[in-house]
Amino acid sequence: MGELAVVILSILGLLGLTLWRARSRGRFRPIPAFTRLQRLIGLSVEEGTRLHVSLGRSGLLTSRGGASLAGLATLRALTERTAVGDRPPVATTGDPTLALLTQDTLKAGYQAAAAEDLYVPTTARLSGLTPFSYAAGAMPVMREENVSANLLIGGFGPEAALLTDAALRVGVPTIGATDDLAAQSILYAAAQEPLIGEELFAAGAYLAADPAHAASLTLQDILRWLLVLFLLGGAALKLLGAL
Amino acid sequence: MRIAAAAIAIAIGLLVLAGYFVPPLAGIQALLLNWAILLAGVAALMGIFNLVAVHSEKIRTRAPGSVYSAVLLISLALTFAVALILKPSHPAMQVLVSGVIVPVEAALMAIISVSLLVAAIHLLRKRVDVMSVVFLVTALLILAGSLSLPSGQIPVLGDTLRPWLTKVLSLGGARGILIGVALGSLTTGLRVLFGLDRPYGGK
Repeated sequence: MGELAVVILSILGLLGLTLWRARSRGRFRPIPAFTRLQRLIGLSVEEGTRLHVSLGRSGLLTSRGGASLAGLATLRALTERTAVGDRPPVATTGDPTLALLTQDTLKAGYQAAAAEDLYVPTTARLSGLTPFSYAAGAMPVMREENVSANLLIGGFGPEAALLTDAALRVGVPTIGATDDLAAQSILYAAAQEPLIGEELFAAGAYLAADPAHAASLTLQDILRWLLVLFLLGGAALKLLGAL
Repeated sequence: MRIAAAAIAIAIGLLVLAGYFVPPLAGIQALLLNWAILLAGVAALMGIFNLVAVHSEKIRTRAPGSVYSAVLLISLALTFAVALILKPSHPAMQVLVSGVIVPVEAALMAIISVSLLVAAIHLLRKRVDVMSVVFLVTALLILAGSLSLPSGQIPVLGDTLRPWLTKVLSLGGARGILIGVALGSLTTGLRVLFGLDRPYGGK
């Protein structure tokens, strides 16, 4: 029953906070990776270069689907802002279901930017079906397609090292966020701007002025504080019991 | 039409979610998840069409690296034809998998160690701050503590410091990160489930 209560409270909280955030936008703490991403988006439009967004290989039918959904929300926001540039963003994935949604997300982004005619279906790509074939398929994109920035956002594993290494070789900056601990440590060392933990889920709120994204961040903060209180309370009770 | 599609998606999402908490709905949940698995199979087929379309375009426009695209398409067609004739469980298909795909993936795995070394050097050159130094020193201590020398483990480092670092400090940090990721997944999933955020599917 505890899990059901958490889910129901989260649903009510999210809906209530979305209504509240629609009236009062609020302010976010600055995160260097998002500040740099905003700058890279502007540069890519001005210079006529591409952004490469790699969404990882977590399918939506797995427990890691949340990371992929966060990646899709980011891709949508990026597409809306760069759709009218000379070179549209290119997105690679390593999971077929995610590849289909990536195509649809890119198309929706172009529609929202009133630039549907500029949409090219082959800019959303399934680069491979296994972790390393996915990385091997995504690596040439950085070298051959006039890419000025890489955004790795979604479910990655150790193959993230190959992607960051390829970006390093061609001198393209990488911003990385994932839900996997091993890949996070790789991105921390190899990406110019790594995002840690739940910052992965903040990308949509920082890039799109959408109340639902802001509400989702506020709800995360509330739930985190509640968890901290529960953990500290539990530890205190255990300590008292031991005394 | 778009609203009807969103309503159906939300209703089905809620049914699947409810299946975890209301036992009588578990059967419907299993049925819906099986349908989703079938759709994922079709998505794999469409993904292969996407792969073919991307590489055919590269060959047609003579883009850089189009030779590799041609090799990929020829290999894909040959493997597909052989698997269709012999069936995927045939020993020849197993040789194709264990003789080509497994060694290539193992080689890429091996390259990762070099990539990580390059990343560490890059980190020291480009981002020298307290956290980067802590990160690298911790990685080196754990590596050194895991070494198996002829005389056994390095005293203190191998039997005291490394277990303390991995089982206390890093485990605590990892749990903190995982709790944050879990909360993020929960709120993102609910946002999409209730149609508050639909990155895909039209305006």
